[in-house]
Amino acid sequence: MGLFSKQNKEVFATPLLNNNPVTVQILGICSALAVTAKLGPALVMGISVTIILALANVVISLLRNTIPNRIRIIVQLVVVAALVTIVSLILKAFVYDVSVQLSVYVGLIITNCILMGRLEAFAMANKPWASLLDGLGNGFGYAIILVIVAFFRELLGSGTLMGYQVIPEAVYNAGYMNNGLMILPPMALILLGCIIWVQRAKNPEL
Amino acid sequence: MNTNSNTYTIVYASVIVIVVAFLLAFVSSSLSERIGKNVELDKKKQILSSLNIDYSKMSDTEVAATYAETVKQDLILNAAGEQLAENGGFDVEVKDENLKDLDDRQLPLYCCQVNGETKYVFPLRGAGLWGPIWGYIALNADKDEVFGVYFSHESETPGLGAEITNEKFKSQFPGLHIRRNGQLSYLSVLKKGKVDENADQVDAITGGTMTSNGVDAMIKDGLSQYANFLNK
Repeated sequence: MGLFSKQNKEVFATPLLNNNPVTVQILGICSALAVTAKLGPALVMGISVTIILALANVVISLLRNTIPNRIRIIVQLVVVAALVTIVSLILKAFVYDVSVQLSVYVGLIITNCILMGRLEAFAMANKPWASLLDGLGNGFGYAIILVIVAFFRELLGSGTLMGYQVIPEAVYNAGYMNNGLMILPPMALILLGCIIWVQRAKNPEL
Repeated sequence: MNTNSNTYTIVYASVIVIVVAFLLAFVSSSLSERIGKNVELDKKKQILSSLNIDYSKMSDTEVAATYAETVKQDLILNAAGEQLAENGGFDVEVKDENLKDLDDRQLPLYCCQVNGETKYVFPLRGAGLWGPIWGYIALNADKDEVFGVYFSHESETPGLGAEITNEKFKSQFPGLHIRRNGQLSYLSVLKKGKVDENADQVDAITGGTMTSNGVDAMIKDGLSQYANFLNK
């Protein structure tokens, strides 16, 4: 099987859209609500989850034939927790500013159900290379949704993007107001619902 | 090999735990020096930020140099306002001190020179909605007018409580007075529209009431420890 065979491409590509971890598998909703009030944290969270998921998938895939069945979930958890701790220490040592921004989210990564879901469903049964692609695909799929939700929440809720003012002062002077509801968690759920609605309307197979 | 036998399971679990423990200990100890330096540098940046010094374009060494130039002394005071030590306030953990009785606390105070004027910087630490919040407040030499503030937090909600770190919130503080009619009144963080008769006030964050209350309490608690020094 080639490195970029059709099968492997599918492993990478389906989680981006048709088998998206958030909108189709409905995993990781909790963090999608928590970190999407601003675009910056959402982006950072998406990237961190992608990296950790890809690494954890590879490690578990390498160990898959040795892991005793009865303690496999615990082993997966230990691997994820160890990776998260190491990544957070490396960030603290080399890019301190990023680690300050990430402080809360690092803890959230360990509890993200996408990680356990992919480890259990994919990495335990597939080779390391395919697992790496699966991890990257699911990570990106998660990040895309986070960024879309955060884009609308920050734009409509605060009038900014990545912290920069994008809605001009003149619009506010004309009577426009930021929508305070947008920065509250329920709105993230409603936006997510809208994305799922659009996706299912476009693709009747889902 | 039977990977489901009890012996195998126990041995496997032990090996995994030991390997992971060694790995984490190794990474942590080999990076701890670098991390310590970063934490120290970050604290210096926070103090400079409370003095309205823009460090965003400075390199790390420039930040350290500016800090050394600006902060003349990091005193340690006690609650009676007496000086315990001339230096070493920087290394005092405010978090630990807050757990002690007020009389036993070591209170750091940074004496700074900005454009030839003396400023006092006081560390603050309190509780937000989800976790700790902290900051620094700089007063002019009259120990009354606020020169600048810095706030940060560990895990407040982005877009709501986390807005205390925003320029817009912090810019309300400079120029306020912590005294009314000669008496210490500190500052109040109040919902827009409410008026405190007894103290200068700033507007709270909309939707971040608990964090704003935390900031309010943090300023009052933090500064009141220094009451004897402020009244000297």
